[in-house]
Amino acid sequence: MGYGRHMTLTVTDLTISRGGIPVLEGLNFRLDAGRALVLRGPNGVGKTTLLRTVAGLQPPVTGQITNPPESIAYAAHSDGLKATLTVAENLHFWADIFGTKGIDKALAGFDLEGLVDRPAGALSAGQKRRLGLARLLVSERSIWILDEPTVSLDVASVAMFADAVRAHLATGGSALIATHIDLGLDADVLDVGPFRAVPGSGSGDFDGLDEGFL
Amino acid sequence: MIALLSRDMKLAMRAGGGFGLGLAFFLIVTVLVPFGVGPESGLLSKIAPGILWLGALLACLLSLDRILALDWEDGSLDLLATSPLPMEAVVSVKALAHWITTGLPLTLAAPLFGLLLSLPEAGYKWLVISLILGTPALSVIGTFGAALTVGLKRGGLLLSLLVLPLYVPTLIFGAELARRGAVGLETTTPMLMLAGITAGTIALLPFASALVLRVNLR
Repeated sequence: MGYGRHMTLTVTDLTISRGGIPVLEGLNFRLDAGRALVLRGPNGVGKTTLLRTVAGLQPPVTGQITNPPESIAYAAHSDGLKATLTVAENLHFWADIFGTKGIDKALAGFDLEGLVDRPAGALSAGQKRRLGLARLLVSERSIWILDEPTVSLDVASVAMFADAVRAHLATGGSALIATHIDLGLDADVLDVGPFRAVPGSGSGDFDGLDEGFL
Repeated sequence: MIALLSRDMKLAMRAGGGFGLGLAFFLIVTVLVPFGVGPESGLLSKIAPGILWLGALLACLLSLDRILALDWEDGSLDLLATSPLPMEAVVSVKALAHWITTGLPLTLAAPLFGLLLSLPEAGYKWLVISLILGTPALSVIGTFGAALTVGLKRGGLLLSLLVLPLYVPTLIFGAELARRGAVGLETTTPMLMLAGITAGTIALLPFASALVLRVNLR
């Protein structure tokens, strides 16, 4: 596929909040085409909030996120599967939404070919997860934002997932991943722990108040 | 957008999709009313347009919390929000899918249920016209309510409380149109008012729904 060279995600001086309380501040990073960035940090530090902010699901308190338009594919804890639709129907739906063609590559990439006619509700947790991740391949977006992608995957599936990410990077895509396990990727690591927001400081407080009243 | 529409229709038709639930509820309401008010066909035919409208409205209300809550629970709403579809298109398509699976069947079944309430002969045409003009507004307003309450645990009751007052204008003019049609009075004014309300909600409310949905997804 190939995504061109200007697929850089840049985050500048970012402060993010969750429920009106700033959780991380002063974040700066840059994700170039062909690179992966792994986010680390203890539970509750704000990794998910950061990923949701970068994906555009919530606005940052301060700072800037620049990325090419229509470049982000987001995958979170829940896979957005419909239990009564089959594996193929679920993937075809997302292919239509993203305006792409063909789900065969995605099925092959996550070893789902034997399950195409199975309703998603009848899949195991790991199979569901694989189907959720296969959606990334279907979307053909260049920047993958992944929140704990390996939950409920077995060792073989994790390797399968790592291969998919590697193939994605090789074609000029990039990935921002929050994970606790080592995927064996050639990736930069960003520990978000040191960027934890100090309570009661910064301009975030007023936004917090504002949101409290709403 | 067509993909989203066809998926929502498919989901509604499959097991547990809730298609036909509203219709069955509508039938039960119209069957129960004669038991409640007695078997006087004169009285029944007088109140039939209003009862049918009220029944259709309540049947519509039943399925409102399915419009967005299911997509919220399984995470597809987040994924749709990051997809190329604008949120306005998502909520419009969702409202359309709700109308096709609820409002349209109710409209088509209403004449049959009118028989049960001995609706005067002149009333059938106007009942269908009033429902076809009015039910799209019910779906669009309902989607707005669903967007407001999405993510709330057991938000169904709150959704009803929010949405029912917003249904008042549609109910007034819809039932008035059906009633006037049934007794052979002039129908232009309520028809234009009803069509105006529906056109206004379709034009404006998707923007409001998309806005509150974005806030709710934060």
